[in-house]
Amino acid sequence: MAAPVNSVGKPSPERLPLNTTSFQKKTRSKLISIPGTRPSVQNGQLLVSTGVTSLDYLLGGGLAVGTVLLVEEDRYDSYSRMILKYFLSEGVVCRHELFVATAQDDPDDILQELPAPILDDVAIHKPLEQPLLSCEPSNSLDAMKIAWRYQNLPKVQSALASSSRFGHYYDVSKTMEPEIRQAAKCHRFYLPEHPTLSSPTHSPVLESYSALLKSLQDIIHKEGFDVAAPMSRPRNILRIGLHSLGSALWGDDLTCHDNPAHRHALTTFLYGLRALLRSSLAVAVVTVSSHLIQDRALMGSITRLCDNAIALESFKGSERETNPLYKDYHGLLHVRQVPHLNCLASQLPDHKDLAFKLKRKQFTIERLHLPPDLSETVSRVSRGEQAGAAAVASACGSGTSGNKHLDF
Amino acid sequence: MYVELNSILNSTPDTFTQGEFILVSDRRSDASFLIHHFLSFYLRARCRVCFLGLVQSFSHYSAVSQRLGVSLTQAKEKGQLIFFEGLKESLSVLVPRDANGASPAINFLRDPSVGLRSLYEFVRSSLSSFNSREKAADGAEEWGPPVLLVDDLSVLLSLGVSVGAALDFSHYCSATVCSQLQGNMVMLVRCDGEEEEEDEGSDRLLKGLTHQCSLSLHVEGLPTGYCRDIHGQVEVCWRKRRGEGLHTQKKLFQYKVHDKGASFFARGTSSTVL
Repeated sequence: MAAPVNSVGKPSPERLPLNTTSFQKKTRSKLISIPGTRPSVQNGQLLVSTGVTSLDYLLGGGLAVGTVLLVEEDRYDSYSRMILKYFLSEGVVCRHELFVATAQDDPDDILQELPAPILDDVAIHKPLEQPLLSCEPSNSLDAMKIAWRYQNLPKVQSALASSSRFGHYYDVSKTMEPEIRQAAKCHRFYLPEHPTLSSPTHSPVLESYSALLKSLQDIIHKEGFDVAAPMSRPRNILRIGLHSLGSALWGDDLTCHDNPAHRHALTTFLYGLRALLRSSLAVAVVTVSSHLIQDRALMGSITRLCDNAIALESFKGSERETNPLYKDYHGLLHVRQVPHLNCLASQLPDHKDLAFKLKRKQFTIERLHLPPDLSETVSRVSRGEQAGAAAVASACGSGTSGNKHLDF
Repeated sequence: MYVELNSILNSTPDTFTQGEFILVSDRRSDASFLIHHFLSFYLRARCRVCFLGLVQSFSHYSAVSQRLGVSLTQAKEKGQLIFFEGLKESLSVLVPRDANGASPAINFLRDPSVGLRSLYEFVRSSLSSFNSREKAADGAEEWGPPVLLVDDLSVLLSLGVSVGAALDFSHYCSATVCSQLQGNMVMLVRCDGEEEEEDEGSDRLLKGLTHQCSLSLHVEGLPTGYCRDIHGQVEVCWRKRRGEGLHTQKKLFQYKVHDKGASFFARGTSSTVL
């Protein structure tokens, strides 16, 4: 068997030009490849990240392009606003285009508060470096002797430009640098700047909402986000953030009255939004202050007209804040709806008790579980007499030794 | 098309009762998998189908039907299926770009108080035009009785249509499709909230339609809460007129939706429990 080895050894240098490994990256011949997107494992739907990695996981990998995510605001709109900002920053980092519509604050205020991305390996504002990583001829000086199969691979593989990665981490304690932010193309819609002409039509849509729909449609047509548009220029994703829809500032009275006059304004708008998004490369996050809407049935039909729906329930100002059960968390997260798109079975989350917390730098969603009780008086064994003994011990104070559970 | 459901309902694509009004409803759950069942069922039964898809795009229904082994695009080309895509039509009303172009069927969106007359006209003309065309051209393929499918009726309430108008619409449709043309009709209604809350739109709609229908399938989440392996329960209720009185029969099943179908089983006999 020695001879074949010898004979094989000779032709091998010619036979190993560049493709030294037999492992080929499986590439789908997908018609659309846009940075910051990936096809879903279940149904091949194109997904984008929400910016919060744990939320992506909950929604079955990410937000499908062409769908709407409804975020029911928490009482002070602090965490829902954060999710919106995460969503927009992810768009900035992936170089998607943004569309921000607000009625309360200026859209620029939200854009200025975007969290800073943690880019450990790459500098985002140098996208021209990308061609470098294609295949650098390895230096002959450090030719590999043992792991020689790797020597033809590109040098710094981690430099795969982060803008094409799916999902990033952000530091909420810092804001994004202005030059990164301004690199992204952003359309803004600030309601007070749009003089609404009050025409006495019978249409159930409010003027503010139809102005918003109109401006969205204009952008989708003009900037080529239409799926039906010719594939002349490289495609991109439009990320739409709509803040606090249904509030009185939008001219809506859902939150003011038990029996609102414009009962169907928001639902009709959401229907139009769905119609618009289904035929375009766009994805939207809508926040609604649901705790102000008295009518649960109305909230149900709003939820059904969005594809994904989550609700945030913050502990701030509620008595749960001081409950020891919840001491590790800032609020509860309810998944109200997951999309049924192009498939029969939806991706239900395997766990329904979810909580979110805001760490020093990061917003995460976790499973809700009891915190470990580290106090000495805790009863580890559920047997009655043991628990009773522990209770006695705690009543007498910690001075009594011998009753500790660590004693043998 | 789910075989297990067919055996529960005692129907196959070759033999099914004509003139039936089937009501599919849900609460705290999603019954749209049943709409996909009936769509593929009637297409296989070689019926002429008019589908009012108000909540999803055509590509969604087409992709799901593909998994169930039916091609909607082919059915459309053959003239077997008339598909009304509510989302697409609504855009021309909500964000008007051209002066005309909106289908008159979507007129209710412009002014909900006029009711659903134009939508009914659309249904009637598309299902009876089938008839005349078949008689005109004998060489064309012959299709069975006409079928109307609506997904879903309660979204019309969100768009401002009153409950009365929606009930009128369903009554007119059942008179035309079920009685006159001896076809079938399937409507989906989605309710939200608890049952206790009374005078609420979708609940009133559900009550009215339950009164009109001849077979109802009501899907609910499990009363004991969310479960990974049992997605909910479906109550099948037959209402038959026999002589004087109204004879009703009820059966309750639990179900699980799979990738390419759904399985139905008696309560407590899920394979994960046993």
